[in-house]
Amino acid sequence: MSNIDPITLSVIQAGLQQVCDEMDLTFSRSAFSPVIAEADDRSDGIYDAETGELIAQGELGLPVFVGTMQFSTMTLIDFIKQGKALPPEEGDVYIVNDPYLGGTHLMDVRFAMPFYYKGELFSWLSNTGHWPDIGGAVPGGFSANATAVEQEGLRLPPVKLVKRGEMDPEIYAIICSNIRIADQRIGDIRAQIAALKVGARQLTALLDRYGADTVKSAIGEWRGRAAQQMRAKIARIPDGTYIGEAWVDSDGVVDEPLRIAVSIEKKDGDLYFDFSESSPPCRGPMNSVIATTRSSVYLAMKHIFPEVPINAGTFEPLHIEDPVGTFLYAEYPRPVSGCAAEVSQRIAEAVFAALVDPLPDIVTAAPAGSSGNFALGGFDPEKNRPFVMYQISGGGYGGNADHDGLTNGCSTIGISKTQPIEVLEQYYPVLFHEYGLREGSGGAGRQRGGFGVNYTVELRRGEAQASFVMDHGRVGPQGALGGKDGGPNTVTVYRNGEAYTPTHLSKDQDIPIAPGDIVAVGTPGGGGFGDPHDREAEFVLRDVKRGYYTAEQAQDMFGVVLTADLNAVDEPATATLRGR
Amino acid sequence: MPDSKNAQSIIAGIDVGGTFTDLLLVVEDGVKVVKTPTTVENQAYGVLAALAETGAPLSEIDAIVHGTTTTTNAVLERKLSRTGMITTKGFRDIIEVGRRTRPQPYGMFGRFEPIVSRDLRLEVPERMDAAGRVVLDLDEDAVKDAAAQLLDLGCESVVVHFLHAYANPDHERRAVEILRAVWPNDYITAGHELLSEYREYERGVTAAVNAAVRPILHRYVDRLQSELTQEGFRRDFLVMNGNGGMVSARLVDREAAKTVMSGPASGVMAAAHAAKRAGIDNLITYDMGGTSTDVALVMDAVPAVSNELDVEYAMPIHVPMVDVRTIGSGGGSIAAVSDAGLLKVGPESAGASPGPICYGRGGTEPTITDANLLLGRLNPENLLSTENAPSLDAIRGTFNEKTAGPLGIDTDAAAGAVIRVANDRMAGAIRIVSISKGHDPRDFTLFAFGGAGPLHAVALARELGIPRVLVPTRPGITNALGCVVADVRHDFVRTANRPLDLVDMEEVQEIMSAQVKEGKGLIESETIEIEDIRVFHGADMQFVGQTHLISVPLPRLDTTREEIQEIFEKAYFDRFQVELPEIRANLVNLKTSVIGERPDFDLGRIMDPRLRAETVENARVGTRQVWFDGNWLETAIYERDKLPTGGQFAGPAIVEQMDTTIVVEPGNSVEVDDDGNLSIEIGDHS
Repeated sequence: MSNIDPITLSVIQAGLQQVCDEMDLTFSRSAFSPVIAEADDRSDGIYDAETGELIAQGELGLPVFVGTMQFSTMTLIDFIKQGKALPPEEGDVYIVNDPYLGGTHLMDVRFAMPFYYKGELFSWLSNTGHWPDIGGAVPGGFSANATAVEQEGLRLPPVKLVKRGEMDPEIYAIICSNIRIADQRIGDIRAQIAALKVGARQLTALLDRYGADTVKSAIGEWRGRAAQQMRAKIARIPDGTYIGEAWVDSDGVVDEPLRIAVSIEKKDGDLYFDFSESSPPCRGPMNSVIATTRSSVYLAMKHIFPEVPINAGTFEPLHIEDPVGTFLYAEYPRPVSGCAAEVSQRIAEAVFAALVDPLPDIVTAAPAGSSGNFALGGFDPEKNRPFVMYQISGGGYGGNADHDGLTNGCSTIGISKTQPIEVLEQYYPVLFHEYGLREGSGGAGRQRGGFGVNYTVELRRGEAQASFVMDHGRVGPQGALGGKDGGPNTVTVYRNGEAYTPTHLSKDQDIPIAPGDIVAVGTPGGGGFGDPHDREAEFVLRDVKRGYYTAEQAQDMFGVVLTADLNAVDEPATATLRGR
Repeated sequence: MPDSKNAQSIIAGIDVGGTFTDLLLVVEDGVKVVKTPTTVENQAYGVLAALAETGAPLSEIDAIVHGTTTTTNAVLERKLSRTGMITTKGFRDIIEVGRRTRPQPYGMFGRFEPIVSRDLRLEVPERMDAAGRVVLDLDEDAVKDAAAQLLDLGCESVVVHFLHAYANPDHERRAVEILRAVWPNDYITAGHELLSEYREYERGVTAAVNAAVRPILHRYVDRLQSELTQEGFRRDFLVMNGNGGMVSARLVDREAAKTVMSGPASGVMAAAHAAKRAGIDNLITYDMGGTSTDVALVMDAVPAVSNELDVEYAMPIHVPMVDVRTIGSGGGSIAAVSDAGLLKVGPESAGASPGPICYGRGGTEPTITDANLLLGRLNPENLLSTENAPSLDAIRGTFNEKTAGPLGIDTDAAAGAVIRVANDRMAGAIRIVSISKGHDPRDFTLFAFGGAGPLHAVALARELGIPRVLVPTRPGITNALGCVVADVRHDFVRTANRPLDLVDMEEVQEIMSAQVKEGKGLIESETIEIEDIRVFHGADMQFVGQTHLISVPLPRLDTTREEIQEIFEKAYFDRFQVELPEIRANLVNLKTSVIGERPDFDLGRIMDPRLRAETVENARVGTRQVWFDGNWLETAIYERDKLPTGGQFAGPAIVEQMDTTIVVEPGNSVEVDDDGNLSIEIGDHS
């Protein structure tokens, strides 16, 4: 295979990468849903014609989709072979959102287009976009107490939405009859198709320039080299077994924590991931389909080694045993809406927790790791129309060998920004009372965790219902190497002045809200890194001056005593307290 | 082409860069160019030294235009004045918590320090809603208390940032009034004054940056002005703004944030001027230096302006600025072979210190500059004449060890690969910059400057399908030239945000007429000579329901609704290959730029005619072996200063001059135009 010189290989690889980046850009810039246009909740890639394996994926895609679409493309190829889907023709686009067929949750709708070069199937171009609604029990699809996938919305097997360049009006009509706010979906569908078309145009140009044979051998060679690069990275991990765990608060239906247990064995240069000790399948929507479980591991490894490229070869040294019989291997009809947003981040947390021991200089303590989904839906009498406000939030990142964790960082699986308060208040009948740094939430450590945020928001008029899909309410993000956990997530709803805390702490649905009622959320802080008593006392003093911690917390959490005027470190008292 | 009637005015353009302060003095019978070391602690010394070196009495200079990085450095190095913030109760952390981001899509590391530290951000009770209605009255006593507290804490500058002040600035205005009575100086910034646009994080950071750099800029400008006056200069000097316009030193500190990105803007202005004189409308400017490359678009001889730029991670400065995008590729970019056995060039850089190996300042990693040297593209005699310079063999040895060996190819091929991979990366970035705006690079000319730009420009143009490269006479002083030729510019944006079919077209005309009137008024109040005023209109549009915008030019003030619809649909289709007849068009913003054009400057004057040879043949100073795509070719070497105007020659060739080296590939044809630009036609090279 290696008849291609390394320079041509570099250039072709960069070219394939750019095809994907342009698809990502086109999709976001032309989409209508803010969740795609602003939050970039989408991904684009190129997949092998025969096997469906990932060839290249856009770096601008939402991280949770690392590697996922290869599973749906593989399933599609399989369906075609079995006659369950019609064979591809030039100009076709398939649509599929079945979670059990290599997906995530129903809202992530995948399009796959066979790409022909000079009349021959060269590869597949696929993308996935998070639709703002897919039908089901609740607007937006995150039903916190669904117990079967049918309650979560419309489920599509792979079918041709576009046939030889023409949209099938019947399939389109079925979709529109089953989802909310259908009138704007045509814009998103066109955007999703436009991204594939732009990809086809660019890929054709690349093939014209270098020739199909050269590009093919470059792809083959590149797959091997990506595997080689991942192996070179993981060579730093000594042979042995590393254990990590993480807890999901509950499944939203049964109020019991779900355990993710991972054991990672390093042997013969590869890593073997075993999740079989995790909790059994759950009743509520926190089950994870296997494609998402696998992608979550890939995502965690990409966060640890950001410089490795994303293609099928990268994943080759990562062996993930199917965790059959656990909630990380969901089978029909288990509800799954929470897997992409929350469970995926707990899986990544478990991997971080396992690998921070062998890789302490490049793995951080646990980040907040929740998307912090809060939906407020209701009716605005002033504008005389219904509304649904989606608020996402960040939290603290874990401390690390080099510095304190970032404050209000994005979810592990996302890259999207939160909406400005000035925009939310413009569109929805709400008034925020506070949006600020959550004091004391950063986990103590030699390098402390970053801080979460606090926000309180009041309904001004009309009526509404509040729903939450968050996590880390029971325990905060875990500290590492002697560091302490970050502050856990809190949700409090003040109805008629009375405080209500959801039974499941971080998850609840349809809490009635009247004008004057207030929703208060505190998001998790990051875990601390290293022994808090090793933290420079001067940094603790600075943090107290900035109001990040109280003087009391400085003593309790870090063993640092300040002078009465809070202007200096009381050195002798600190030394005594720290026992040195 | 207009004759330079205004040659009587004596103008000095001064650009302060990281290493050198460049001065271009335009006098009656020509120009003087001075290069002095930048004085980092106080840039004014370098500026004064440069002026002194011209020998021209300051009393005879009519205008001094100054591009400064004083505020840029202050922000990037966080050497800011002690600044306090007074803000709405409940929201003091807006500029610290931001909008939940991380520096890179992958990797959980990252740090961020807000512009104003948390202990200097104080809250006062007050609240507006999104419609600009008062929800809670301003607590005026709380403002007084906060002011006293901030002064106690040693603050020199203060910023007032209230929620929804863009919708109703009453509370901010009142707070500023209260502050004026107690604050000992003029350093008071109100968020809405600088940027009247929703989004509390972006507006707050922009205002905080303004407040934090204002005293620094004021002191700098004040001291320089008094030194200049003392030396006999009779006017206010002018400072370049990031939008490519200039503003009087007396006024500049009030909107100090506008100077934060002024450095790259002047280079783009010079490019626009050169292109206009050469009869070229559309340019991609390509400025490659030691550590990075700046790229910008110029359409119809006017640089594209954006109000959505970030100075660094999580540091948005949302005032209109020339839309310059920076790529981490420069002469000092380091080449390395990855674990996968692939060659990677940059973004790690050896910078200016230690710099490339060939600088002899302790650099040990192979860089783009070293590769250019090994391939004969740079003249070894010039580059290796410094005291501690290593030998060519030593550099080859390092390339062998670190690139050629691991790649399993010979040294020449490895050096060639470094150039190719670097070019590929820059070309990709330029394509993304142009296509993300909906433009096809093939409709542009590439304007190359900076120390390294002309070395790579032809290859980039070939890669991108750009038919022509223009290299100005003195690529190394382009920014100083920009100061001399820059126009006076004012940009206006007014939000409409209505479906196009519901827009009142008379109102559209009224809004844009008012924008034109205001801009003309501002330009007429300037003291600098203006020859003509040009007006451009544009609109930001989308389909109803979208959030991203697409900018389209409006040909006239009275462009009709139907024309706007048609222009938008065409632009949308060109960009996305999508037609959406089902969905209505939305008119979001109406924009007007009013540009006061300065008298034309004859660029031919930058050349010294005494150096010019009679023929191209006489400008040829020798030949040497240069590597082109796998072959060593005996290549003609020309001396730039000797090339006669109108002269023509073909590639392969190398043109050498003091501030850069120009690589001309086989198949290219070169002509020296009347202004002294090298116009390189790429030709069919496939």
